[in-house]
Amino acid sequence: MNSRSFVAIGDLNKQELLDLLERTRYFEEHPNSRLLDSRVVATLFFEPSTRTRLSFETAVNRLGGRVIGFSDASTSSTSKGETLKDTIKMVSNYADIIVMRHFLEGAAQYATEVTEVPIVNAGDGANQHPSQTLLDLYSILKTQGRLDGLTITMVGDLKYGRTVHSLIMAMRHFKPVFNFVSCPELRMPEEYIKLCRREGIEFHEYTEFSQEVIDASDIIYMTRVQRERFSDIMEYERVKNLYTLHNSMLATSKPTVRILHPLPRVNEINIDVDENPKAYYFEQARNGVFARQAILTRALGINPLSK
Amino acid sequence: MTTDKKELAVAALQNGTVIDHIPSEALFRAVRILGIEQLGTAVTIGYNLPSSRLGKKGIIKVADVEFPEDVLNRIAIIAPSAMVNIIRNYEVVEKRAVVLPDVLIGLVKCSNPKCVTNHEPMSTRFNVIDHENVKLRCHYCNHTISGSDAEII
Repeated sequence: MNSRSFVAIGDLNKQELLDLLERTRYFEEHPNSRLLDSRVVATLFFEPSTRTRLSFETAVNRLGGRVIGFSDASTSSTSKGETLKDTIKMVSNYADIIVMRHFLEGAAQYATEVTEVPIVNAGDGANQHPSQTLLDLYSILKTQGRLDGLTITMVGDLKYGRTVHSLIMAMRHFKPVFNFVSCPELRMPEEYIKLCRREGIEFHEYTEFSQEVIDASDIIYMTRVQRERFSDIMEYERVKNLYTLHNSMLATSKPTVRILHPLPRVNEINIDVDENPKAYYFEQARNGVFARQAILTRALGINPLSK
Repeated sequence: MTTDKKELAVAALQNGTVIDHIPSEALFRAVRILGIEQLGTAVTIGYNLPSSRLGKKGIIKVADVEFPEDVLNRIAIIAPSAMVNIIRNYEVVEKRAVVLPDVLIGLVKCSNPKCVTNHEPMSTRFNVIDHENVKLRCHYCNHTISGSDAEII
C-alpha cells in the first residue's frame, strides 16, 4: 500500500492532524499559488457529489494544477463493466494523484492496494469522508481558538451519520466532552460509546435537545434526520421536529458557541438561525477548499510551509 | 486406560484427526471449512452429543488425514472452543485448542452488501478486534460481524 494516501481520519495520529490543520490555516491565508504547477490531479466521481467535487477542483485550480476525471460513473468505463482495480490502474498512468468518491464502502482503501499513486478518499458510501472531517476540525479550531477541552454537542442522526463518527475519531486526541442528542432509534452506535469509554472521554446521551445542553455547548453539530432511516414512519413523524434548532433556543447559549452542519440541511436548522452570528455552517463549507488544499499537498509530499 | 466412552471413541481411530468441543450450531459450518465433502477417507460426524461445557456439542473424526494448522485454525472463527486431537497409531500424540488468527484473508464474506469486497474480484480481509468474543472488523468497509454469524467462503 502506498503511504501518503488519505483514506480515513482514524489513520492519522494527533501530530499528523495538527500538521494538516496548520497547512489548512496556511492555505486560508495564501489560497492562490503555483504549488501544483505541472501536476495532474484525477477526480474520479463514481457517484455524483457536486459540492465535494467542486471543492476539490477549486483547491487544485487555486494551486495551479490540472484536473482530469469524470463526475458520474455512467460516463466512465465502469458502465462497460470495468473493475475498480482496472480503472485505478489505468488512471494511475496519467495522474500524479487520484481523488475518488465511490458508492461502495472500502473502495478507497482497496484503491490504495492496487496503485502506488496517492489516493484521496472523497467519500466511500456510508463509510468515510475524511476531508469533511478535516474541515469540521478546522472550523472548530478557527472558531474556538483551540481544540482541547471543548464541549461538543451532536444532534440528530447519530446512528448513520458518518460525519459525527469521524468527528469523534478526530476529536479523541483533544479531551472533549461529548453530548449525544438523538431519539433512541438513531442513538450513537455502541462501537463509538465503547471508544469513548476506552479513551476516557466524558460523554452524555440525551433524548431531549434541552436548553441546559445547548447552554453548556461550545460547538453544536447538527445533522439531518432522514425519513428513510426509519422502519416506522409514525416514529419519524413523531421525532422529526424534536431535533430542530430555532434561533430562540440560542438566547442564553455561550457567546462563543458555533453551530456546524455538514450540509445540505433540510429543516433541522430553522432559517431564522442563519442571521445569528453563532451560525457557522456556510463559512464551514468555505473552509473545505483550504482543507482540501492541505490534503492534496500533503499527499503529494509538497510542504508549503518550507517554501 | 480410561473407560470414558468419549476417550474410547477418540482412541478408536488408528490415525487421523479428531475435532471435539464444537458447539452444535457450528458443526456443519466446521465440516464445510475442512472440505470434508471432498475427502475419500472414513469420516464420523457426531451431532448434539451431551457436553458439560457446551450443553450440546459436535465432533468430527477424520481417518488418515492431518489438516494443515491454518485450516484447523479457521474453525476458531465459528467455534473458538474447539479442541484438535492428532491421532497416530491409536494414541493422541497432540491435543490443542484452535487459535484464532489476528487477520483473516479470503475466509469470511462481508455481510455489508455495499462493501467493495462483494463487488470486486478481490479477497476479503478481516481484522480480529476481540479474540474472546470473536468480533471481526472488515478491513475495507469497517463493518463488524461476530464469528458465530460469519459466512465462511
